[in-house]
This record gives sequence, C-alpha cells and structure tokens, in this order.
Amino acid sequence: MKVHVETTINSEPVELLAEPRQSLLEVLRDELGLTGAKEGCNNGNCGACNVILDGRLVNSCCVLAVEVSGKQVVTIEGVAEGETLHPLQQKFLEEAALQCGICTPGFIVAAKALLDREPEADEARVRYWLAGNLCRCTGYDKIVRAVLGAGAEMRNRASNTSNRGRTNGY
Amino acid sequence: MRAVTYLAPRSIEEAVSVLAEHGTMASVLAGGTDVIIQAREGRKLVDVFVDVKNIAETRALAWEEGGLLIGAAVPCAEIYEDSEIASRYPALIDSAALIGGIQIQSRASLGGNLCNASPAGDSIPTLIVLGAIAVIAGASGRRELPVEDFCVAPGRNALQPGEMLVALRLPAPRTNSGAAFERFIPRNEMDIAVCNCAASVVLSADGQRFESGRLAVGAVAPTPLLVADASAALEGQSVSDQTTKAAADRVAAAARPITDMRGSIAQRKHLAAVLATRVINKAVERARGRRA
Repeated sequence: MKVHVETTINSEPVELLAEPRQSLLEVLRDELGLTGAKEGCNNGNCGACNVILDGRLVNSCCVLAVEVSGKQVVTIEGVAEGETLHPLQQKFLEEAALQCGICTPGFIVAAKALLDREPEADEARVRYWLAGNLCRCTGYDKIVRAVLGAGAEMRNRASNTSNRGRTNGY
Repeated sequence: MRAVTYLAPRSIEEAVSVLAEHGTMASVLAGGTDVIIQAREGRKLVDVFVDVKNIAETRALAWEEGGLLIGAAVPCAEIYEDSEIASRYPALIDSAALIGGIQIQSRASLGGNLCNASPAGDSIPTLIVLGAIAVIAGASGRRELPVEDFCVAPGRNALQPGEMLVALRLPAPRTNSGAAFERFIPRNEMDIAVCNCAASVVLSADGQRFESGRLAVGAVAPTPLLVADASAALEGQSVSDQTTKAAADRVAAAARPITDMRGSIAQRKHLAAVLATRVINKAVERARGRRA
C-alpha cells in the first residue's frame, strides 16, 4: 500500500505516494523524474546516489522514501542557481574532473555538503570526505583539484560579498 | 525489495508492542545502512520496518552521573561532532569516525552497528572495553546486558523476538583512565576490518602502573571478543613494553580467525598482537593526559 509523503525537495514542497519498500533514490528517479542521482552499487558503497537530507550527506539508496516525510532534500538538480552553475559545477568543467560522468552528481553533492560546512577544507580533508564516492575514470586527482578550486572560489566570493555588505546566494 | 509495511512509533511502548505483534518478520529501522540493504538483497526477510528514529529516547545523548547514555539510533556523526564526548570518550570517536564514509556516518548508529552483530563491527570492541551496557526493552519491561554478551554469532544478537535496543550506557571515565581503538584495512577508508582492536586502561596516580585494563578484538572470531586473560596480564604490572607484549600475546592467542578474501589466519593473528600493542600504548598516552 502506498504511503502519502509530504516533503521538501530543492526548496519546493513536494507531495508523493511511495511504497514503503521504495528507496528515496527509486522515488526521485522513477516517480519524480529527478534522474541526476544515479544508481551505482545500490548498497551504500559508491556515493553516486548522494543527496543532502536535512543538511547531512546520505546515500539515497540507503534511505526509504517514506522516511523523508517533513524533511528537506537537496539533489544535484538543486545545486545550480537557475542558469548559473554552482562554483563546483564550473570547476568540474574547467578541471575536466569527469569522463563518463556517472559518479559526477554524487561527487558534486558530496563536495557541496563539505564546502557548505567547511569552505576552508584542505586536500586531506577533501580526500577523506570523498572516500565514500567512487570514480573509475579520473583517478580522483582532477576531482580533488576541482573541489579545492571551488572552495577557493566560494571563499573569494564570500569575502567580496562581505566587503560589499550583501549576499550572493552561496 | 518485497512489499513491506512501514511504522514509525512515537514511544518505546508502542514500538515493542508492534515488534511483539510481528515477531521475527519485524525489523527495527534506525540508520538503515545495514537492514535496508539486507532486506533489498533478500538476506533478511522483513515484512514490517519499525522506524525508531521518531522516539526521543533513541535519539538522545544524555549525561548521567558522569556517564553517557547514547540513544540506540543516534548517528555516528552526531557522536563525533560532540566535543564533550570527544574529550571524555576519545576511543568512541576512533570508532564512530571510521565506520563507512561520511554518507554512512550521517545515518548509521552505534546501536545499529551493535545489533548488526558483525564479527568485524567497528564500534563493538570499543563499546566492550568502555564497559558499555545495552539497555533493552521488550513487552515485559526492560533489561540490561553487558555489550560483550550482546553478539552471539555472526549477524545474530541476544535480542529476543519483540525486543529492541533502546540505548547504550557508558560508565563515567575513571581518573587516570584512557582508551583507544584501531582497525587494519588495506586502504585508508571505507572497508571492512581485517582485524580491529580496542583497549582501555586505568593507571596508578603516577601513571607508571596498570591498575586494570580491558582488551577486545574483532574480525578474528564469530563475535567480537573480550579477552579476559589479557586484562589479567596488565593488572598490577608496571607500564612497560614487556607488560604490553604479554597482554598483546594473549589477545593474539585468543583470536581464532578464519582465512577469507580479506586475510589469512596467520595475518589476522599477527594483526591482533600488533593492533593490541598500538591501542594499549595509545590508551596509556590518553590516560596520562587525563591524570588528575
């Protein structure tokens, strides 16, 4: 029997019907058409399905959709500001931090969860934080460079913004 | 995953009542990082998920008489982000910060790690050496069980059908005490222990003698083991490489591992002694740092 779930996804209120056996990942992809989160391992090892749930990074394959009632979900679709790419997205392009691209949404969501909390994160911290995301193409160096570059960009914008006394959304 | 029912009780009483009603076909759901996967892969037959995260008691961290009560569903991240826990129980942080990656730590609880009863569970040796008590609720009331008696076989724990783990109770750290945990895996993060080990020690006031100690080792037997005769090797002895070696040798002797894809019998017995040495030394350092 399906269960009525009221939740918030990428700042929009969403109502949905979910079978209790369905993971959040299945519902995002198959019911809501939010196909940015990918199914890699479907058992919590690869991070391709990462979303941010009430401010914490989770594997959406390891969450039941019915559990997100009343909670805030951020997916890769909510990372850009309209047509403006997030600094992480921009840096992933500039650094060519992807090849096949399957892991990329998970990496960007995971890195966003880190930089939202710790914009000063250094290389060791970035590598540790991203240990739960697997990439079989890049060898990780370009990804780490992109995340560090995005962190620098975000700090830069924050200091420019505070100099001007207003916020720019990041 | 086959069809399931999802229930989210608001109290322990309500939770144990639905657990009793559905017996072995009900599964408690906390972080879900083990049970959701097991149910999906058919390794665990579940008709009813009983989500206990809406029960205040399972989500609470409470200080009582200098000790700590950890709700069974509190995720690892909430534990290692708590500065008071980090200062009073650093060994708990050793464990909580290396179970899975960040994504797992956001959801996975120490209570769940214990209930999953993996021989390699990375919080279990630590909970054992810290003297943790499992607080268990059932239809007929509550009972308490030392954590070293909680796991009974790989994937099997001492909970009876209809019972649930409510919390873990840690006694207050004693003066001149310290504890530590280490794990060996072939990569830096995100792997299952080839061997893991925890130690807690209480030193004399001058920090030169062991008053007592506890050692526990994992991934070398069907359940994590408390090595009682390693405690005896420390008690009353001076803090020295010789004493540490005597205790570490007893940990290796207590190990009865298997050879599998992660490691061989010989490697695991060797690792048990190496890790025991390291955690005793680290526990001594921490105890000296905490000297009154």
